[in-house]
Amino acid sequence: MTLTRRNVMIMGAGAFVAFGLPMRATAAGEDRIAEFTGGAAMADSGITLTAPEIAENGNTVPIEVAAPGAVEILVLAMGNPTPGVATFKFGALAASQTASTRIRLAGTQDVVAIAKMSDGSFAKASSNVKVTIGGCGG
Amino acid sequence: MISRRDFLQTSMAASAILGASSFGNWAKLAAQQALTQDQLMRFDTFGNVSLIHVTDIHAQLKPIYFREPSINIGVGENKGAVPHVTGADFRKLYGIDDGSPTHYALSAGDFSALAQAYGKVGGLDRMATVINAIRADRPDAILLDGGDTWHGSYTCYHTAGQDMVNVMNALKPDAMTFHWEFTLGSARVQEIVESLPFAALGQNIFDAEWDEPVDLFPPYKFFERGGVKIAVIGQAFPYMPIANPGWMFPEYSFGIRDENMQTMVDEVRGQGAELVVCLSHNGFDVDKKMAGRVTGIDVILSGHTHDALPEPVLVGETIIVASGSNGKFVSRVDLDVRDGRMMGFRHKLIPIFSDVIEPDKEVAALIDAQRAPYLDQLTEVIGKTDSLLYRRGNFNGTWDDLICDALLSEREADIAMSPGVRWGPSLIPGQDITREDIFNVTSMTYGKAYRSEMTGEFIKVILEDVADNIFNPDPYYQQGGDMVRIGGMGYRIDINQPQGSRISDMTLLKTGEAIDPAKSYVVAGWASVNENTEGPEIWDVVESHIRTLGTVSVTPNNSVQVIGA
Repeated sequence: MTLTRRNVMIMGAGAFVAFGLPMRATAAGEDRIAEFTGGAAMADSGITLTAPEIAENGNTVPIEVAAPGAVEILVLAMGNPTPGVATFKFGALAASQTASTRIRLAGTQDVVAIAKMSDGSFAKASSNVKVTIGGCGG
Repeated sequence: MISRRDFLQTSMAASAILGASSFGNWAKLAAQQALTQDQLMRFDTFGNVSLIHVTDIHAQLKPIYFREPSINIGVGENKGAVPHVTGADFRKLYGIDDGSPTHYALSAGDFSALAQAYGKVGGLDRMATVINAIRADRPDAILLDGGDTWHGSYTCYHTAGQDMVNVMNALKPDAMTFHWEFTLGSARVQEIVESLPFAALGQNIFDAEWDEPVDLFPPYKFFERGGVKIAVIGQAFPYMPIANPGWMFPEYSFGIRDENMQTMVDEVRGQGAELVVCLSHNGFDVDKKMAGRVTGIDVILSGHTHDALPEPVLVGETIIVASGSNGKFVSRVDLDVRDGRMMGFRHKLIPIFSDVIEPDKEVAALIDAQRAPYLDQLTEVIGKTDSLLYRRGNFNGTWDDLICDALLSEREADIAMSPGVRWGPSLIPGQDITREDIFNVTSMTYGKAYRSEMTGEFIKVILEDVADNIFNPDPYYQQGGDMVRIGGMGYRIDINQPQGSRISDMTLLKTGEAIDPAKSYVVAGWASVNENTEGPEIWDVVESHIRTLGTVSVTPNNSVQVIGA
């Protein structure tokens, strides 16, 4: 095939979608945690947060939280301009303390889930979710 | 009493000794010019189960040259660990003699000279001979294909994978998992998978809308072989919609999903599996991490990162087998499974020396039948090369240097970008470059060569993003490719820095000036994952460039300065 100059000079449609650098956690996220726990210490077990390591689509990232014995689970996207994602409340008759949803992430950041247990203690899980340009898989 | 762990390690050592002695033999045989098919395939049948692993063939039906990387840097816990050991260090680690057939097959260094001596490698007709010989020893051996099979050549592109499906079916695999196959588009993948006479597995292939398992790709399949109940669990490439165009298969979601892997392992063990095999397209470092987190997998057959290792790597009680790429190797793994557990193994990575291993006649005829309608197109000579053309390496390879040059000159750009893929055979100095050779390093369903304007700042964002997909210290955040190849621009990379701080000293080579973050540059590239990318196909751009050059000579590329390796 011969390439005509005209063909050659076509400008490609956007080659890469822009994503920025990893988002810094905002003070708003830390404030929200302090408000939820009242500054109490948080255990690092007793809650599971399942999230993808790399988001397939930053606009809709599936996550799941589970904390047996929890009365409340707070989910925060620490790098979003508004970190609050959801608070799940479980009544005494709830069969399981599990919830799943999809969240929007402004960029690579930590997603944090904190459970308030029925005894008033707290447990925290955190997962780094990467939002990437991609495109160079072997 | 010998514990299971001790037994595995003892067996590992025995396997290493067996390996070492066979390497020694090859070196001697080479000296005697007597490398034979029997020597390559010699194996004392062991235990009661045999696995045969092939992976990442990338549609290479015919023998090719394939140079292994000389630069493959490991980070975090994998710094200095296999497969991140290359060249002379690799040979020293495994006791491989310089200049031996094993040196040529498994490592870089003196490649052009050794290629002249030992000839081409691979060819599905030769792989068929080896597979049939293993089946002669053990008729119920399980053949497992790790994926990246229906992608990577002229005929594969023009038949939408049908050539590979036809030939692989003749080899009679028992199961397969996937990666590049999905770039045929989900409708075509479904059409082929529904026609397959073997299992299409993927515990991590989910429905994107409901995040639920998909019927088309069951998570596992049971086999009863040698009186042993075996479960094979599939693990597709986790980052398909990110590393490849997700818009081509929007119905599917992937991910590592190691929690679901554990659930599947527990499920098959609960159903009486005595041996659990994971057929994986995770990439080696991801498999290593997964083996440390998921308990109960006996064998991981690892693909994606194209590593060829002469011995399995042991993580806890799991062995990880890496079987190379492009049809260059077949792995045989014999296992002793008794009392519901794996008691020992024997392994051999069999290099497919095309001039030594006799082609299987039926498969050879079948391959030629796939190629016949396209033979004139395939064999047309476009130019010639004076240089070794290869792809593998973390930052550049001469094939990509040539492709970037083609983009710069044919598309009148300041800067060129070529994706850091790991497939694509090599050409040795003096060889003609045919259209088939160009397709072997460029063929894909999203190969449009775009031309776009990008600011210096945005170019840095791209480099930082891709660098983190390779050099993030946590393997679960790596995508298993190499660094995007850059033409027309130099840069410095400190691989141990976090994302945003690795790249510096970006320089426009044609002027020697520093890249200005605020200024726009014309960038030409290919393999964009975005829908509606416009431009000519990359193979046409490269063909036109090679025609203009006549004879290709690639000068050494020193434009990337690497710190912290």
